[in-house]
Amino acid sequence: MLFTKKATFRGGVPVPHWKNTAEAETLQMGVPSKVYIPMLQHIGAPCTPVVNKGDTVKVGQVIGTSDKLISAPIHSSVSGRVTNVAPMVVFNGQSVMTVEIETDGLQEVHEDVKPPVFNNKEEFLEQLKKSGLVGLGGAGFPTHVKLAPPPGKEVDTLIINGSECEPYITSDYREIIENSWNILLGVYTLVDLFGFKNVWIGIEDNKPEAIKVLSNIAAKDDKYSDVVKVVKLKSRYPQGAEKMLIYACTGRKVPPGKLPADVGVIVMNINSVSFIREYIRTGMPLVKKRVTVDGPAVKNPANVEVPIGTPIADVFEFCGGFRSEPVKVLMGGPMMGVAQYSLQYPVLKHTNALIALDEKSAKIPPEGPCIRCGRCVDVCPMNLMPLHINRHSLHGDVEALEKYHANDCMECGCCSYVCPAKRHLVQSIRLAKAQLRQAATAAAAKGGK
Amino acid sequence: MENGLLMTSSPHIRDNTNTRRLMADVIIALLPACAAGVYFFGLRSLLVLLVTVAASVIAEYITRILLKREQTVGDMSAAVTGLILGMNLPPTIPLWIAIVGSVFAIVIVKQLFGGIGQNFVNPALAARVFMVISWPVQMTRWIIPDAVSSATPLGLIKEGASAAEELPGYFELFIGKKGGCIGEVSAAVLLIGAVYLVARRVITLEIPLTYIGSFALLTWIFGGDRLFSGDALYHVLSGGLILGAFFMATDYTTSPVNRKGRLIFGIGCGVLSAIIRLFSNYPEGVSFAILIMNTLVPLIERYTIPRSFGGGKSVA
Ligand code: SF4
Ligand code: SF4
Repeated sequence: MLFTKKATFRGGVPVPHWKNTAEAETLQMGVPSKVYIPMLQHIGAPCTPVVNKGDTVKVGQVIGTSDKLISAPIHSSVSGRVTNVAPMVVFNGQSVMTVEIETDGLQEVHEDVKPPVFNNKEEFLEQLKKSGLVGLGGAGFPTHVKLAPPPGKEVDTLIINGSECEPYITSDYREIIENSWNILLGVYTLVDLFGFKNVWIGIEDNKPEAIKVLSNIAAKDDKYSDVVKVVKLKSRYPQGAEKMLIYACTGRKVPPGKLPADVGVIVMNINSVSFIREYIRTGMPLVKKRVTVDGPAVKNPANVEVPIGTPIADVFEFCGGFRSEPVKVLMGGPMMGVAQYSLQYPVLKHTNALIALDEKSAKIPPEGPCIRCGRCVDVCPMNLMPLHINRHSLHGDVEALEKYHANDCMECGCCSYVCPAKRHLVQSIRLAKAQLRQAATAAAAKGGK
Repeated sequence: MENGLLMTSSPHIRDNTNTRRLMADVIIALLPACAAGVYFFGLRSLLVLLVTVAASVIAEYITRILLKREQTVGDMSAAVTGLILGMNLPPTIPLWIAIVGSVFAIVIVKQLFGGIGQNFVNPALAARVFMVISWPVQMTRWIIPDAVSSATPLGLIKEGASAAEELPGYFELFIGKKGGCIGEVSAAVLLIGAVYLVARRVITLEIPLTYIGSFALLTWIFGGDRLFSGDALYHVLSGGLILGAFFMATDYTTSPVNRKGRLIFGIGCGVLSAIIRLFSNYPEGVSFAILIMNTLVPLIERYTIPRSFGGGKSVA
């Protein structure tokens, strides 16, 4: 069934779409000569490497595990020989234990890779944990944890996020076009196992083809057509932000500091459900990822399926290299992506785009004084007052930061995007959060004495 | 090469507005009203406007140099202040007074408080009130197009019934056949500019609509001999109400930044304007009303901090 939701969230901005790679079929990238696989590619506890220097490994073999609840195992994406296990700096500047593998090009599959067997929800979650799946939309929260909310939280609704509201990125869109059946079969499996009463597949109206394909398939199966609904969402950034999407689809509002499960909802990325289907069929854990490679500095923008751990440089190389000097390279989209320090950083499980900006597009205009125009307030989907957080953070006034709810900011970037004075609002709000954390730690230390 | 990669915080793209463009839009929106002023009151009005703009811009330029701060004259906010001040002056104003007023607006009201975004009252309005107090005679010497009378419609109303025959009709008021300041002469062209500002998303309608709405309501209720017999339309069209509601009360720096705050601010302006106009012996109310509300903005903002999305909690 196709639903059109006119109602959207308050605020937000109309960002440019720049979906240059929407019609480009996904290319398969060969195996790079080396991969670097960090032991932390998710929110939660890092894994401990279970291979040593000199070991041979195969595709799909577990190379890192953790016994902590919130974590996801890490697998080798290639076959080859482990050449080093050592800390390495990754995309966000953190230093993480990383397994370096020299590939042999054979891509032999490990013997443990076989379709999972399960008879109920619990067994399924057990198997899903082994797949290493984490939220592929960007945050990287382990999926088996997300699907098992603590007792007492009644979840009746599943929302599949296909809104892809960041400029450039089309990796979700390509999944919809290329593997539409996988997505719905994945959804049906989840409905059977978890008994969701409603499933909303949310897609922005700038992707009519995706909406058509999915709603046609969804209408085919009588058993599910009442439950699974495709929702046409207004194209407005950040439509894909979890809280905004939940609100647009269900009208429910997730309170600050709460999780979707608190309002009976679980949100999954469209690639994640598709992966679940593929995993059930083949048993191959999460070892590769489709990334959109684009930006003014890229020679041949494309969607590329890449073994996880491939250095960014190799991916750009595969896309014909650079047409002009890359001045800034982003992992993720231009609104929330993270600028990369080195092209040696590897592609991770939740990497969805690599954007290379040239001199002109990388330029951030100079900061001027705030003119109190109120635009940042008008566009903030969280109803914050970014100008005041900015001011108080620069003065280090922690009490005021709390009063202005600095912690509720989701760093979507709308405020900085519209600010006519070009103030670095999001940057200062990140600082504000750190200041609040510091103050809280200091207070706790004092109280403990 | 890779160590040369730029490391900045997200977002990595910005839209193409900037302070200067917004200010330029305000100037564009004011031009039709200026042209009407010149048309009805003669070329001397143009001279007044040029003088206030030039004096404001030069004052800003020099103060920034003296204060050893980065030059901000390029953001065009000083030009906007100068233009609005000029529009709030009678066409007969001696030029030296116009210059003193401009310097007062820029140096005392704006720059000494830190420059753009920092002043707590509207510089042009503060300067106007300063000028009215300092030079009451020169600031109220009006001319009426095609007439010899030297009073504004509001002045005439205050003088009582005997003067009433001389009052211009609605149409004259709307088009601009009335005495008054250079920029407030024609509601019609002011509204054209207002539509432009709204269409360009330079201003939102919260303040102008609540301002005009509450003002009209009160003048209707209390403006006549009996309750509910006031001529609200006449009051709205005369004096600087349209100019004030769309172009001065919406000044970014001196109005609230949030929706709720703007609504309160607009109503406050409307109520105060009506009270001053109806119950004081001062015919105008707009400048004082906006100035008073300007000073209340920090207070309004403090009590209207919005709840976070989905939030019941007020403090983290
Ligand atoms: S958008 Fe920028 S200039 Fe406008 S109020 Fe916010 S911080 Fe100030
Ligand atoms: S304050 Fe935070 S949530 Fe609000 S617009 Fe800015 S980045 Fe987004």
